[in-house]
Order: sequence, then structure tokens, then C-alpha cells
Amino acid sequence: MSFLKASLAWIEERTGAMAFIAPLLFHHVPRNAKWWYVFGSATLMFFTIQIVTGVCLATVYAPSAAQAWESLNYIDNEVPMGWMLRALHGWSSNAMVVMMAIHMLQVFLHASYKYPRELNWITGVFLLLTVLALAFTGQVMRWDQDAYWGLGIGAAIADRIPVFGDQVRAMLLGGPIIGGETLNRFYALHVFVLPGAAIALVGLHMVLIIKNGISEMPKPGAVVVPSTYRKEFEERMHTDGVPFMPDAAQRDMVFCGVCLIGLFALAAISGPIGPGGMPDPTLINTNPRPDYPFMWLFGAVSLLPPASETAIMLIAPAIGVLLLLAIPFFSNSGERAPSKRPAMVLLAVVTVMAIAALTWEGTTSPWSPVMDGWSSLPTPAKFTRGRTPLEMQGAVVFQYAQCRNCHALDGQGGRRGPELDAVATRLSYDQLVRQVQQGGGNMPAYGKNLDSAQTAAVVAFLATLHPSNEPDSMIPGAQLPIPTGSAAAH
Amino acid sequence: MSDDVKKSCGCGDCGCGTAAGRLPQSAPRRGFMVKLGAGLLGVGGLLTAIPIVGYIVGPATKRFSNVWVELGSVALFPAGQTRFATFLNPIRQPTDGDSAKTACWVRCIDTAKYQVFAINCAHLGCPVRWFAQSKLFMCPCHGGVYYQDGSRAAGPPPRGLFEYKWKVEGGKLLIDAGRLPGLEESV
Ligand code: FES
Repeated sequence: MSFLKASLAWIEERTGAMAFIAPLLFHHVPRNAKWWYVFGSATLMFFTIQIVTGVCLATVYAPSAAQAWESLNYIDNEVPMGWMLRALHGWSSNAMVVMMAIHMLQVFLHASYKYPRELNWITGVFLLLTVLALAFTGQVMRWDQDAYWGLGIGAAIADRIPVFGDQVRAMLLGGPIIGGETLNRFYALHVFVLPGAAIALVGLHMVLIIKNGISEMPKPGAVVVPSTYRKEFEERMHTDGVPFMPDAAQRDMVFCGVCLIGLFALAAISGPIGPGGMPDPTLINTNPRPDYPFMWLFGAVSLLPPASETAIMLIAPAIGVLLLLAIPFFSNSGERAPSKRPAMVLLAVVTVMAIAALTWEGTTSPWSPVMDGWSSLPTPAKFTRGRTPLEMQGAVVFQYAQCRNCHALDGQGGRRGPELDAVATRLSYDQLVRQVQQGGGNMPAYGKNLDSAQTAAVVAFLATLHPSNEPDSMIPGAQLPIPTGSAAAH
Repeated sequence: MSDDVKKSCGCGDCGCGTAAGRLPQSAPRRGFMVKLGAGLLGVGGLLTAIPIVGYIVGPATKRFSNVWVELGSVALFPAGQTRFATFLNPIRQPTDGDSAKTACWVRCIDTAKYQVFAINCAHLGCPVRWFAQSKLFMCPCHGGVYYQDGSRAAGPPPRGLFEYKWKVEGGKLLIDAGRLPGLEESV
């Protein structure tokens, strides 16, 4: 033992390592922090996992558009433990984004960004951007159909930038098309630039945490007064603080341990994420979707009114980032307790709900036609029973003319247009004809595309879609069911 | 630390200038050296930055012009029909792999009258699919729909499908292709 001690002393005398680390480990933190403060540590742990698994994957992954997709399949299927490494890397990426969001939310709700921790917040915002950029570039690394068409969407958005759109797009893609140089650009970002930035920012974030201390739990009435805060805080830490190691670190360790085991289980059970279809742009039977961290953006872009979407897509992200950066400058003193900042709490709740709702919308994407609805979904039997031949013919036209891609029957089919189970109760016969022929709303005009016999048949079918206790759509003014009527038949 | 040590040593607090027994440099000379160093570094940095920045922004400054590409014999595109066609992008790199392949829709209106549509939706570039039965192109991303002549029918696209210039030569259909179609310019 004394030899060990002597060796340590020998190293210490030459490096001063302990003298450097000890204050970091044993600095005093608030006694009452409890479990609220574990999320930042968990984010950092996931980041560490990303670096380790990322370096491992880079030893096999071929960063070339011609081979990337095959090399991923090779890692999944041939390399020992390769699938698990990819699973860990993919799920840890999602977990890191989630943890970071929770960490940010906690800091926001507790107003920990107030004096003197404004720069803690700002480095945090840049970390958020860096991590999201890592997630996006990581999705490109999969180089599957989603990656290819996702880049296409990015290129199309860049293209809408006034004046420089062309140049920005070329910079993004590294050329006039999505190809080899595109992947390599994103690869350089994903494995060199962004991790480097993230490591530097994490370092800065930590230095600031040590310098400014960990904020106390907010108490109503305990206001932040910049002129006296630091002195009083240091006094309180001195008299009432507890050393980070082990008092606070023990909770971090327990939480991170649980997270790590959870990640392992998730990765082992769910397996690697992708790669999806091979990145051949001539295989167009694809339904491009972004990864989960970007699902809400996909939802937002899809729901924007077309007339203003360019402006919103280009400006809103910049405004969002500026607002995040500005928060500690607008309010850097005063109350920190959520109960004294109801507007801020409301803002946080609304933001979280909006992101959750948009994620849900993005996941279900009701605006997308079900591209194979017309050919793969059966016509519900209850809508065929007792129908006349003309109405049956209309049911066939309804499938055949892809109406089902956008309109659901009995809950199955597209959600782009209204479900038509009871359309006869909403539209008269003439209105049905007009809607089919002229379209309107989000519906194309079928007038040019269906001949009159097909239109008559499909309208006759639609006119029978109603609850059994209601009549078919009538010709206005006529007291009788439409001439081809099915009332007699059922 | 005494004032005169501070003055005589460049670093200001270690006293190395005197400890090493070197002659203290005179103040004007030291100022000159700092300026010279900053100047040299600045010039060198700028010089080095030229190739680096040029390399990174290269794709934005390089002009690519489209090239006539063959889609195949006109017999592949019968009158009154819209057919799927693919070609290898004429502007490509050795590392592109499959991503240099490109798809398009060829509509033969009548003999020797064509429309060739880019596969990319005019909204945000997703691949549109042709449905011959309803004579519509539909987009899987946000529900853009186009008529058979490429004009916008419904949904978010701000315009109709992008069209390639085409010509028929020696019984073959050719299109003027290269760049990924986008709003800033039609292909
Ligand atoms: S990309 Fe086609 S509708 Fe948006």
C-alpha cells in the first residue's frame, strides 16, 4: 500500500493531477438538489457512448455513396457484435436527444439560466444545435432511401433561399446532385467537425459549471440579485453545501446506471435502426420519413400553409434559436421558482405539447396519401351489400381511380381527404358530382380523368354511403331517390 | 514581484527574462516583433485560407451545364401513355454509386410530342408516382397531386412538375439533364 501511495505521490508531484481534479470532484453543491440534476450527466453519458461506438463503427463503415449501405448491412450481419454496436449508436443517439431536452426543460423551469449562469445556458443552446446536427448527419450516414430523399427535402428547402439558394444547395450537396460528395461532406461533419465542436462545448459547459456552481433548487422569495448573488451563493455553499462526490454524484451514478442498462436492453431488443431501402433513386416506391428527433419538424413543414411556408421554413428556425439565446438576457434576475413564473411555465408546457402533437402528426402523417390504398385495401363488405350493379360498378371505380388513397372507408385508407362512410349525409347528389368533377379543397378535379359513365357510377356509389336509418343523397328538388336509386334495393 | 522585473520580461509574471540571465529586450523592439509576427501570421493565414475556403465552397462556384442523355428508343414510349424511365446522371463522380441513377416520367402525348417530368415533387423534392387509372401523379410526402400534363392539381406544391427539355434523334428520345431539379431554375 505504501508503495501505491508512494507511486501516486510520485505522479502527483510531477503532474498535479489530483490538485486539478480534487476541486472538481469535491466542490460544494446545494444540499437540496436531489434527483432534479441527473439529466445533464445522463446526456453526457450517452454522448460518451456515442463517441466510443462511433469510433468502433468508423472502423468498418465505408463512407462512400457506392458502398455505405452495403457496409452497414455487412456490419449488421457479418461483423461480430456489429448489429449491437449499431443498435447502441442509434438508440443512444435518440436517448441523448431526449435526455438533453429534459435537462433543458428542467433548467428552464427552474430558471437556472439567470445570473451568473447565462453562459451555461448559451453553451447549452449551442450544444443542443450541435447534437441535433449530429442526429441529422447521422441519419444521412445510413445512406438509405430515407437519407436520400431527406437530403432531397433539405436541398429543396435550401433552394428556396432567395438569391443564394442555388449556391447554398450546392454547398450542402457538394455538387449538382445528391451523390458521393454529399455523403462525404456529411461524413466529415458527423465524425470530425460536429463531435469536435460538441467536445469543446461540453468542456466549456463544465468549466462554467465549476466556475458558477450548481444552482440551488428554486424557492419562492429567494430572488436572484446579480450584485450580491455570487457572494451569498458561495457563502451558502460553504456553510450548507455538500461535496459533489459523493453526495450529488451518487444520484448521477445511479441514474446513469439505470439509463445505461435501459439503453442496453432497448438496443438488444430493438436492434439496429435501419438501414432502410437501398439508396437507388430509381426505386421510387418509397415513403420518406425522418428520424424521431425531426418528426415534429416534418409535421410542422407539412402543416404550414403553402402560401407562407417558404418564409416560415427559412426564418422560423433562426428566430427560434435567437429566442433561445436571448432568454437569459431578458430575464437574468429575480424569482426562479416556477410558481412565481406562471407565464414561463405555460410557455414550456405549450412548447412541449406542440412538439408532442407535431411528432404525433408527423408519425401518422394524415396528409400523405396511402399510395397503395387503392390496390391493397378491400372494399368493406357492408358498403357492397344490396347495391345495384351501377353502384357496385361505382365501388370498383372508387378503388380503381385511387380515391381510396386519400379517402378512408370504414377507417381504412388515406386521411388526406375526409372519410366517406357517411358522405351521402353531407353532400347532395349534385354536390357529389361537382366535387368529383371539379375537385376543390385538397382534391384534384377528376372531370378530365373519369369518363361520364365512370363519374355516374362512382357518384351512385357515394350516394349510398350513409347510416342505415338515413336516405340516399337526393337530386335536389326531387322527392324521389336518384333515378338509379338503390332505395328499392335495400 | 517587483515592478522592474515585470517590465523587463515579456510574460509579465514569471520573471523568466531575468532568471535566465538574458538581456532584457528594449520595449520598441519587442513591440516591433509582435507586430511582425502578427503580420506574418496574418498573411500566411490568409494564403492558407484561400485553398481551404475555395475547396469547401467549390461546389457553389462551379457551373455545371446539362447534357443530352438518351432515355431509349421512342418505341418504349407509346402514344397516350406515361412511362417510367431511368438514366445515369451525366454529371457524376466515381463514388456516386447508385445515387447517380435518376428517374423521370415520360408522357407521350402523340407521336413525336412528349413531356418529360422530373421525378422530384415541386414542393420539397420527394419522388412522385404516376397513377394511370386516375391520370394523376401523387406525392407520398405531403400529398401533392399533379395532372397528367404535370400541372398542379392539389396540395402544397407551388407549381407544376419540373420538365426536361427533350428531342428525338435517330429514333431515340433524349433529354437535357444533369442538375437536381429545383425551384430556382427549371431543368
Ligand atoms: S414533397 Fe411532394 S408534396 Fe411535399
